[in-house]
Amino acid sequence: MADDKDVLRDVWFGRIPTCFTLNQDEVTEREAEPYYLLLPRVSYLTLVTDKVKKHFLKVMRSEDVEEMWFEYEGTPLKWHYPIGVLFDLHASNTVLPWNITVHFKSFPDQDLLHCPSNSIIEAHFMSSIKEADALKHKSQVVNDMQKKDHKQLWMGLQNDKFDQFWAMNRKLMEYPTEEGGFRYIPFRIYQTMSDRPFIQKLFRPVSPEGNTLTLGDLLKEMYPTAITNDGEQKRYQVVIHGIEPLLETPLQWLSEHLSHPDNFLHICVIPTPTD
Amino acid sequence: MSDNAESPTETQKEEPQLPSDDSTTNEEKKKIDVLLKAVGDTPIMKTKKWAVDRGRTVQSLAQFISRFLKLDASEQLFIYVNQSFAPSPDQDVGVLFDCFGSDGKLILHYCKSQAWG
Repeated sequence: MADDKDVLRDVWFGRIPTCFTLNQDEVTEREAEPYYLLLPRVSYLTLVTDKVKKHFLKVMRSEDVEEMWFEYEGTPLKWHYPIGVLFDLHASNTVLPWNITVHFKSFPDQDLLHCPSNSIIEAHFMSSIKEADALKHKSQVVNDMQKKDHKQLWMGLQNDKFDQFWAMNRKLMEYPTEEGGFRYIPFRIYQTMSDRPFIQKLFRPVSPEGNTLTLGDLLKEMYPTAITNDGEQKRYQVVIHGIEPLLETPLQWLSEHLSHPDNFLHICVIPTPTD
Repeated sequence: MSDNAESPTETQKEEPQLPSDDSTTNEEKKKIDVLLKAVGDTPIMKTKKWAVDRGRTVQSLAQFISRFLKLDASEQLFIYVNQSFAPSPDQDVGVLFDCFGSDGKLILHYCKSQAWG
């Protein structure tokens, strides 16, 4: 299983080269140079952009600065979705670096949650883990952890410490062998074609007959139009961490290896590029 | 996030209905039963069971409860599922019902302070 451990590492260390540019309507004292950064796919925008903020504040007066937020081609970027999900959903199939516009005024309250401090990100992250464990183990594993164990998960993510995070997270990935997987798979299916945030329902990794269920089985039930039937032109790409996994991949394996640190398997369904 | 915390409608059949959110589609207008329970020293609501649009967000529901209880604008309201986690404010209650509902209803606890981690 050495190969599978490598998958966890590859997912954790996935990076997106990004160019941050200040919104041209912001008032500056001199011209703002763009700022380049490698963004960790599994982290959150507001957690890894202190340097971006510092960079632009150098050319701005403090009275012109309100809460920082990000936008890509007119779409405000939700900081509470993992960075990799935002990229796959909005910017797949575009040329790198990813061009993000930085704003310091006109916060879009309708589209974004406020993020006044890292403790808000921590609360959101831990809530996601608890929600995922409610689905996987009826909350038993996360409730058996101590406060310091929860802190270890968060600190692992915040400080980009793979070993620290996984030393604890592996407990959340355990299941009774005889059951063949989690109780339910924590997944979210995102699409740009709908206003609703995402699809999330109960889905087991093993059928009542004992068959292993796959990514294709999940999509067939949750989002059948995402699947290309024989003889049809492919209309949608099903993307996880920037790749299109085979639809035959067992869902339990995906949940254990391609979930984000929040323990959810985030799946993006995007239109196939036309060119 | 939509702001639809109006007072409940007078047309109460079997149970009071939260007013519909205009931005939702017909599918999302389908109602689910939500049972609201207070935690700690947070005031209780006399009416506990509400029919709520599937497409209503947690944030919009929290705003409704805050106004119903006449809380100060400065007071926060936390909502919990399974007495364990706080769903994201932009989460649809329909999703929570599908994943965490039981016996045909979704039980949500609400609190003026953080009750569970």
